[in-house]
Amino acid sequence: MLRVSSLTKRYKTGDEALRGVSFELPAGEVVALIGPSGSGKSTLIRCINRLVKPTSGSIDMDGTEITRLGGRGLRRARRHMGMIFQEYALVERLTVMENVLSGRLGYVPFWRSFLRRFPQSDVNNAFGLLERVGLSDQIDKRASALSGGQRQRVGIARALEQDPALLLVDEPTASLDPKTARQIMRLICEVCRERNLPAIISMHDVPLAKMFADRIIGLCEGEIVFDGAPANLDTAMLTEIYGEEDWTQIHPEDEAKAEPTPDDRHAREERMAGLT
Amino acid sequence: MRPAAASTGWTRPPLIANPWLRWWLYLGLLVYVIAAVSTLDVNWQRVLSGLANGWRILEGFLAPDFTTRASDIWQGMEESLTMTLTSTVVGCLISIPIGLGAARNISPLPVYAVCRAIITVSRAFQEIIVAILFVAMFGFGPFAGFLTLSFATIGFMAKLLAEDIEDIKEVQAEAIRATGATWWQVINYGIQPQVMPRLIGLSFYRLDINFRESAVIGIVGAGGIGATLNTAMQRYDYDTAGAILIMIIVVVLAAEYLSSHLRKWVQ
Repeated sequence: MLRVSSLTKRYKTGDEALRGVSFELPAGEVVALIGPSGSGKSTLIRCINRLVKPTSGSIDMDGTEITRLGGRGLRRARRHMGMIFQEYALVERLTVMENVLSGRLGYVPFWRSFLRRFPQSDVNNAFGLLERVGLSDQIDKRASALSGGQRQRVGIARALEQDPALLLVDEPTASLDPKTARQIMRLICEVCRERNLPAIISMHDVPLAKMFADRIIGLCEGEIVFDGAPANLDTAMLTEIYGEEDWTQIHPEDEAKAEPTPDDRHAREERMAGLT
Repeated sequence: MRPAAASTGWTRPPLIANPWLRWWLYLGLLVYVIAAVSTLDVNWQRVLSGLANGWRILEGFLAPDFTTRASDIWQGMEESLTMTLTSTVVGCLISIPIGLGAARNISPLPVYAVCRAIITVSRAFQEIIVAILFVAMFGFGPFAGFLTLSFATIGFMAKLLAEDIEDIKEVQAEAIRATGATWWQVINYGIQPQVMPRLIGLSFYRLDINFRESAVIGIVGAGGIGATLNTAMQRYDYDTAGAILIMIIVVVLAAEYLSSHLRKWVQ
């Protein structure tokens, strides 16, 4: 359903975030994307819905070549790809319901969204999704009034409100405590199975990835170094992805290299690029 | 790794690291202040006579006369308030599209350049200069004042709005963009909610500024309470001038109090 082939991304600064990434995603499969900071996880996910424009390669989704789209075609492709973000990325001053309904923006004309007059079926669907994620009693609260876990649930509902064919999930649990992180991962995986929805989930937490994903892709310096079942991901493989780590020593120079991650910087640089 | 000595003192690193440069700057500053003060040429004779004059004005203020020229004062006040309100509304409305265009993160470069240019022109000229220009073009009276204040409001509001848009949490707008929203929908959902409280707060703040400015530009002929004040001063009618100043103070205080309350309420 999704085929990515020899995808590369070189940022203006010359950093190569992706070097020839290829993989296929069949319908209904939940893939965890693991790798150290700056390995290109975020860039890969953002290339698929073109929040970041890839330098070369192709992304084929159900027969549509995503890399060549622009304007209306790109917006049409995006509305079929729900995205869930690390920092929830809810519009904090809008209500929970408005945030969920914003998932329909690709489908409704401007006047409807401006007047908040969404079609009844969209509203019904939103009520259903909020019920599904357990937030039926928070509908008219501002997003800023919710806890981290609740916000991410709204983020999930917003992505599902798009009626997506593919779910892109960028570090869904990085800002959450371990227990909430598991609950959120479980919820994401459950809804994917309910709808036979394929998902690409980037994450830091390897045990969590092994617990929930059908398949794991390991990225290192912009290249796929592992692609297989969670069971095949052993210590040797992890060392290849994350590098040797001697836990008894502090390496200040490593940390200095790691911060800030190129991904973060570039993500910010290109975040609004498509608008201009 | 350098082992820390047991008794190492600590002082805050100085702002200018180079000690030579630092001390020369301090010395230069001192010399400049001494030189500047020594060139002041104060004519104490005139200060003394001026004091007497100042006292007469102060006396006028201590016995303000609201009644003799009440109708002039009311007319001036009414003009000023009308000017203030209309120019704030018009200026704010016009400043919204310009502010959107002047935010680098949502506008293409040509639009950005044009909008920034408009803002720069509007902010380059002080209200009084603009008022003199508009009075020359449209004649004496509040219409010139209205145009002046609208013009100044555009620069002020558009600049602050643009900067606010450039400071938004872009990830929120990005999330809206990721749903397949159009440019207008991203503005409406991703950006407007983030900047609206400040936009409303700033409009009230500008209302307050515009009233004060309306008193000033009246002096160059743009109508309003400033014109009334100017007339009173020229007639050496310090009692009336005192009354006008008191009224200005009261209105400014009331406007400031109201606007700060409204701002708190919307935020």
